[in-house]
Amino acid sequence: MKILVTLKRVPDPEQKVKFKGDAIDFTGVNWVPNQFDEYAVEAALRLTENASAGGAGGAVRDGEVVVVSIGPKEVAQQLRAALAMGADRAILIDGDDGALDAEMVARTLVKLVEQEKPDLLLMGKLAADSENNQVGQLAAGYLHWPQATFAATIQAAEDGKALDVGREVDSGVEIKRVTLPAVVTVDLRIIAPQAIKNGKTAPDHAYPEGPRYASLKGIMAAKKKPITETALATLGIAPSLRVKTTAVTAPPARKAGVKVASVEELVAKLHNEAKVL
Amino acid sequence: MMDFELTDEQRLIRDTAHDFAERELRPRAAERDRTGQFPVEELRALAKLGLLGVNVPEPLGGAAAGAIAYALAMQEIARADASVSVAMAVTNMVAEVIVRFGTEPQAREHVPRLTSGESLAGAFALSEPQAGSDPAAMATTAKRTPSGWRIDGAKQWITSGDHAGLFVVWAKTDPATGARGISAFLVKGNTSGLSCGRREHKMGLNGSSTVPLRFDGCEVGEEALLGGLGQGFKIALAALDGGRIGIASQALGVGRAALEATRTYVKERHQFGRPLAANQAVQFRLADVATELEAARLLTLRAAWRKEQGMPFTREASMAKLYASEATGRACDAAVQLHGGYGYTREYPVERLLRDARVQRIYEGTSEIQRLVIARELLSSERGGGT
Repeated sequence: MKILVTLKRVPDPEQKVKFKGDAIDFTGVNWVPNQFDEYAVEAALRLTENASAGGAGGAVRDGEVVVVSIGPKEVAQQLRAALAMGADRAILIDGDDGALDAEMVARTLVKLVEQEKPDLLLMGKLAADSENNQVGQLAAGYLHWPQATFAATIQAAEDGKALDVGREVDSGVEIKRVTLPAVVTVDLRIIAPQAIKNGKTAPDHAYPEGPRYASLKGIMAAKKKPITETALATLGIAPSLRVKTTAVTAPPARKAGVKVASVEELVAKLHNEAKVL
Repeated sequence: MMDFELTDEQRLIRDTAHDFAERELRPRAAERDRTGQFPVEELRALAKLGLLGVNVPEPLGGAAAGAIAYALAMQEIARADASVSVAMAVTNMVAEVIVRFGTEPQAREHVPRLTSGESLAGAFALSEPQAGSDPAAMATTAKRTPSGWRIDGAKQWITSGDHAGLFVVWAKTDPATGARGISAFLVKGNTSGLSCGRREHKMGLNGSSTVPLRFDGCEVGEEALLGGLGQGFKIALAALDGGRIGIASQALGVGRAALEATRTYVKERHQFGRPLAANQAVQFRLADVATELEAARLLTLRAAWRKEQGMPFTREASMAKLYASEATGRACDAAVQLHGGYGYTREYPVERLLRDARVQRIYEGTSEIQRLVIARELLSSERGGGT
């Protein structure tokens, strides 16, 4: 199976957001891979390997994982990290986040899919910075491909031509069968030890929870893996934004709380002032 | 050339070590300190990541990532659990010394077992009850037999000695000639005639084991001799040079952990109606600690850089080890002081850090021995006081 995985860099969610005027101030920001995209890379690696074979030398790979990011040159760092985890090669599309919207990103991915012809476009369900949660759905629409979003589990069908994707919905777990090629976006439970069954790795194989650590061997090998650089214009994407950011404002500062002397006073306040009792 | 940027690979190796240490080591470091449990699973995981052969060639199972990457990784592991980092340091050192001084068959036989975790840990058997800072005074002997060597004697302070699959053992092959009569041998952990005594009750590093060893007619083959007859002292000194970069890095990791814990604490803890951090006396102490650790970091990375470049680094490694271990000692003491009474309890990590850090001024050559090495280089070498 050939899988195209998207990987966006986002400001470290643990860091405090700073504002400069009416925009977010990105100076001094620590950029990290979007967590759901890291999960997608892990899912792609699990789908394209036989983890039960290969012994101490590592799993036997069976398929190709291509990681793609749109961003400045520095995104090569995050791409290199994905290559160190085990992805085969990477594509860096030069682009500025401020001049993109979800629709343009989706159109860009469609162009790339036409070039790369993957069996699966695998993505995080959303990026932690803008939380748009639109690109996967839009890309599937433009490609006329089936889609399954918020994947918690993925099981390859026996003939390898479809995926059964488990989605956690309010009423339980819904299993969707998508024939390949398809678009799948992953949710946080996809990195559970047995969330992915690819038909090659033994069905009872349990992975360590979470995205794998890049081993030192993987890191040194990643040095020799190619990162192809291209640009939006090269892919035939003209800038045109459907969504324009008109203003960015910080949420109002939290007001200081009050201290109460007794339970009675607390109950009285909840009843009379907050009116929740 | 002045370039303080890490390469992509160095940064990724540091991140891997950091993430692994945060998630897998730090949560149980205090428990290992309390129970004294040897970190078997943790060492296996380190092996799987490639951290037991950071600076070892790839065909032998290593990552060939260089001395700087090793120093960075060691810092991150020690920052989470110094006990685990000691076993990691000695195993890397044993693997590197075999690569450097061993024959190809010796390297092929032993090094992949060390890097893969099959040997679990390597151990370095140099010190003796009566020969610590003065290893030339050792009493352990290796005598010729028809098929190899018979080792007799006792060793002291052997890190991981009760779990190691492989030992480098130093012994006198010519007791009449002092340092030049010392040779090194590779001895597997299960060799008959080799036994270990009870674990030392230590002040810190309780998750690592330190044992005395006995050699009673321990027979090894001809192929056990490492690096030629009478080369033992030279091999020990060379191994210790590299080892000192490891201990300097380990000290830095512990020092950083102390600084980070204290930084958090002084911002949270309020006295006299304001956080401790609002007092200049507190700020100045933290500023001194941060500055000293930064200086230690530069000394350590420069020593590692020289090693990686193939330049002499004996003096730099000793300076880094001396300064980093002493700076970290001061950092941990400041950390406990700024935590007040809580710093003296096991509720906060700084108490363990202070105990773990204390030995860094003692092992791999005491601070006094480092000063001797630095002074000897200063007074005798052509480089003198310059760089």
